[in-house]
Formats: sequence, C-alpha cells, structure tokens
Amino acid sequence: MNEIIIETQNLTKRYGDVLAVDNLNLKVSAGEVFGVLGPNGSGKTTTILMLLGLTEPTAGWARVLGFDPMRQPLEVKSRVGYLPDQVGFYDELTARENLSYTAKLNGLSRPVAQRRINDALERMGLADVADRRVGTFSRGMRQRLGVAEILLKHPQVIILDEPTLGLDPEAAREFLQIIRALKEEKITVLLSSHLLHQVQAVCDRVGLFSQGKMVLEGTVVELARQVLGGAYRLQLRAIGPDLSEALRKIPGAVSVTMLDSNFYQVEAQEDLRAEVARVAVQAGAKLLSLGLEEPSLDEVYQRYFQGGVKSV
Amino acid sequence: MMKPRREGSPWRGLWAVVAKEMADHLTSVRMGILEVIVLLTAAVTLYMALQNLRSGSDQFLFLRLFTTAQDPLPAFVGFLGFLVPLIAIALGFDSINGEFNRRTLSRILAQPIYRDALLLGKFLAGLFTLALVLTAIWLMIIGLGIFRLGVPPTGEEVARGLLFLVATIAYGGIWLGLAMVFSVRFRQPATAALAAIATWLFFTVFWGMLVGLVAQGLAKGVLNQIQLELFLARLSPNTLYAEAVLAFLNPAVRAFGPLVPLQLIQLQWAVPTPLPLSQSLALVWPQLTGLIAGTIVLFAIGYVLFQRQEIRA
Repeated sequence: MNEIIIETQNLTKRYGDVLAVDNLNLKVSAGEVFGVLGPNGSGKTTTILMLLGLTEPTAGWARVLGFDPMRQPLEVKSRVGYLPDQVGFYDELTARENLSYTAKLNGLSRPVAQRRINDALERMGLADVADRRVGTFSRGMRQRLGVAEILLKHPQVIILDEPTLGLDPEAAREFLQIIRALKEEKITVLLSSHLLHQVQAVCDRVGLFSQGKMVLEGTVVELARQVLGGAYRLQLRAIGPDLSEALRKIPGAVSVTMLDSNFYQVEAQEDLRAEVARVAVQAGAKLLSLGLEEPSLDEVYQRYFQGGVKSV
Repeated sequence: MMKPRREGSPWRGLWAVVAKEMADHLTSVRMGILEVIVLLTAAVTLYMALQNLRSGSDQFLFLRLFTTAQDPLPAFVGFLGFLVPLIAIALGFDSINGEFNRRTLSRILAQPIYRDALLLGKFLAGLFTLALVLTAIWLMIIGLGIFRLGVPPTGEEVARGLLFLVATIAYGGIWLGLAMVFSVRFRQPATAALAAIATWLFFTVFWGMLVGLVAQGLAKGVLNQIQLELFLARLSPNTLYAEAVLAFLNPAVRAFGPLVPLQLIQLQWAVPTPLPLSQSLALVWPQLTGLIAGTIVLFAIGYVLFQRQEIRA
C-alpha cells in the first residue's frame, strides 16, 4: 500500500442542529485520484474546508501530508492546491497580476514567481491572454487560471471542488484532460463532483457521500458490485427459445431480465460473454448480438439514492 | 476540548496584502473622486483663509490656515470632520464582503496565510492610504502657505500641525475600523456602507441632542448635568476629534469644560497667552488615546467576527 496522504478519523462538523459531516473516515494514498461524490449538501465542501484548516471540525481529526490542518494550516496550505467551486479572481487585475499576488502570498521570490507564473500560464493555454483583465475571461478560462494558480505552488496534493460545474462540454473534457495530466505527475488529487461520468472517467477510487456520511467507497467496479449486485451487464439478442432459465444457471450470473422478446439482460459479477454465447447457441437460439455494458457510476448513484439510505 | 495551538506566524503574507490593497485603493475610481473632493476643499478653504490672513499679527499664522473660516464656508478642519469619515468608510465598507461576493475569499485563504494577515493587511492598507492622502494635502497647505505668506512656519507650528495630522488619521482609523466591522458582518457592501454612514450621521446629528436630553433627565443639579453631558458627548468620536483639533490648532485653549463650547467654529477667540505645546498635548492626551483606543477596539471586534465567520454561506 502506498503512503497515506490524506487521512481523517471520525471527522465531524456540526452547524447548529445540522450534522454536515458525520464521523468521516477517509484515506487517500499517494498518487491517487479520489472522487468525492454526492448530492449538494452532503458534506463534500465542508470536508474539503476542514482538510485545509479553513473551518474547524467539531470532533475528530484530519491529517494532510502528515500535518494537522487545525494546528499547522500554513504547512498544509503551502503544499496543497485548492480550487474552490466557482473560483473568483480580481476582475480589474490581469491574469498575471492575479497570479503574482498568489505567488507573493506563498512567499515565492520574484524570479521564481515569474518563471512559475509563465510556465503555469503557458501550460494552461493562457499565455496569450496573460495581460488581459480577468473581467473579460470566460468561465472556462477562469477555471484554467485557477489551475494555473495551483500549479505555480508546485503542490503535492490538489483539491478540486466541483471543477467542471458550469463548463461547456468541450471545456469540461479539456479539464478532465488536465486532471489526467496531473495524475501522470504523481500528484494526489481529491476531486468533488456530482457529475458522475466525469468522476468515473478520471478517478481511481470514489467515495459516495450522503448526509455527511461516506456511505460507499471503492473503485467504480466495486461500487457497482455492491449496489447493483452485478458489476457487469450483458445484453443479448437471440431469436429462438426462451433463454432466461438457461442463462440464470450460469455460475456468476446475478440476475436475468427479459427486456423485450428475444432481448435479455444479464447482470454478472464478471465478464460472462463467452459463457452466455455458449449457452445461447447450445439452447438452439440464433445469436444476433452480445454486448457488455461497463458499469456506470450514474446507475450506482441513482440506484443508491432511489433506494433511500440503506446500509450496505 | 483543548483549543489547538496554531503554528506559524499569523503575519505571514501581511505585506503582500498591504501592497495589493494599497495599489487597489490608489488606482480605484472611488479614491480618485474622493481625492478630488479633498483637494477642492483644501484649495477653496486655503484661498479663503489666505484672504483673511496677512502676515505679522498672529503668532501661529500657519495654524490659522487650517482653522480660518469665511462665511458661508467652514474652515478646512470643519470640512475634515465629515470628509475623513467619508473617505475612511469608502476605504473599508466592502473590504471583506467584497472578497466574499467576488468569490476570492476562499481562494486567498487557501494560500499559506492566516486570516489575521488578511484583515490587518486590509486595515493597514486603508489607514496608509488615508494617511497618504491627508499628508499630501497637509504638505500642500503648508507649502502654499509658505509661498503666499512669505514666512516659514515655526518649529512649534510644524509640531502642532503634525499632531493635528496624527489626530486626523486616528479619527479616520475609527471610521475605517467601523466600516470593516460592518464589511465582515454584512454580506452586502451596500448594507455595510449604509450602516456605517448611518452610524456617522447618528453621532453627527443626533448624539448631541440625545446627550442633552439624557443628561437633563438623569442629572442632579446643574454642575452634575454639565459633567454628565460632557462625559456622554465624549463617547462620540466626533467630540474627541473636535477637542483634539481645537487644542492642537489653537494654543489659546486651556481647558475643556463647561465654559468651552465644543464647536470648532469658535477657534477665533483668543486668550493672549498661548499654552506651550507640551501642555496642549497633556490637555488632549485622553482624547488622542481615546481615538486610538477606539480604533483598536473596533479592529478587535472585526477580528473576532472574522475569525468566527464561516468561509461559505
């Protein structure tokens, strides 16, 4: 197991009567992209703020890179890059001036700051607009400027809160590309979102938040297995006798549903395409198509929250 | 549960904040407008004062530059009494809630600085900007005075003038502190500005009346009533500032009490023997420290509110 970068133990935050975060135990290893998923108000942002020492936990503790965010927030914040949801910049200043302020707050010397600012702007494709006022920037450009700001700190951990919210699909896709590139550099990333397919596209592991609790945790396939029963879903079109019974008998098949005449759906714990094809042919059916559907986080999410909060 | 001790300097990043905020103030349209107003006021009152003053007769000619009024205009110090609060409020009313509304607050606080540095940095930047503007005007008045009157100011005049400047900056500090408290407390900058201006109006217009009424109601005997009135009046920063200015700019003032009307306009009457500077300073030492203490108390209130504030709504 890799080094633990982010760890919380019974982390709790209470606002009056509302329990925003409830005994959260979280572990994120080095180099991992961890997705924090959940509806609005499920405690994602509060958790992030506690990790940065920007809000005080009511109980429990957190460690980021071995530092206590409550006692050593400066140590944490100089090593962690944070992109808040709907990041704001000083509109009347240029992109470069905004970054230069951040560099000063981080105590970077002028030559180092200048080099890093240029690199970061270049990398985020903002070099051409570096001396334009941020007031003229589009949402996507601001978001990229936010990442540029993070990069100039040379962080070991990056925390992104709803980074793709409000971006058009093209900008969102680009943004995911950026996250993948960060992962290549072995930077640990904590990503909060409620856009599931995006989380699925970049995250190694996912934690599903609901009412302040992390109710599910694991890789997307693991979650699918827990919530959907079968993590793999096969769709089979075959003309001939009813195959339901035969399919159900295949070891590893969790459920078989007949979606239409001659159209079956098999949920399974592993990829059973070969077995399904063999069973269908042996039963004398004419196999027209057989497809494997990747488990989707969307479904996990939907199924989980539709079913209400149940213990898994 | 024991409160965890924070590590690292609370002032890290302070000067970066001061530099950024001051640059913002000095280039903002808002400050530009206020500077023009102050400059205009200084020019007009100085012109009026110079019309009335001719060298020779007065021992403290340069101090008269600030205090000589001609109908219908009040003297320069009279204008400062409301221009300084206005500038100070303009510098502070959107300092914290503005960051909040632009969504820059969480991004800035995610940098390795404490909130202390942000708040104090903003406060100092406001105070420095105010000091810069006032000092520039002060120098301009003295300079033009030398030019027109043809005599240099004496050492005592310069010293008194400087103390007057210090008192004015401290008076501005109070209103800046108040504006910043409201900028932490209220999410809408307009609400914060209005609250600060309302407070200023209250002290300028209503406090005097209220003090009279309360003193009348509570006091036993005439002397007691006057004492109570004086005490209550001094709870207002306007009174403290007026008294401090009066003592520094008019060496003839020997005491504040039942006999001294609190208006600045009365600076004209003169007792033949002026008080030495040390005595004038001793006379208004409580007023001066009161202004500075008020500034510190207001900053402390803002500080506590800001430390407890949640970063998100």
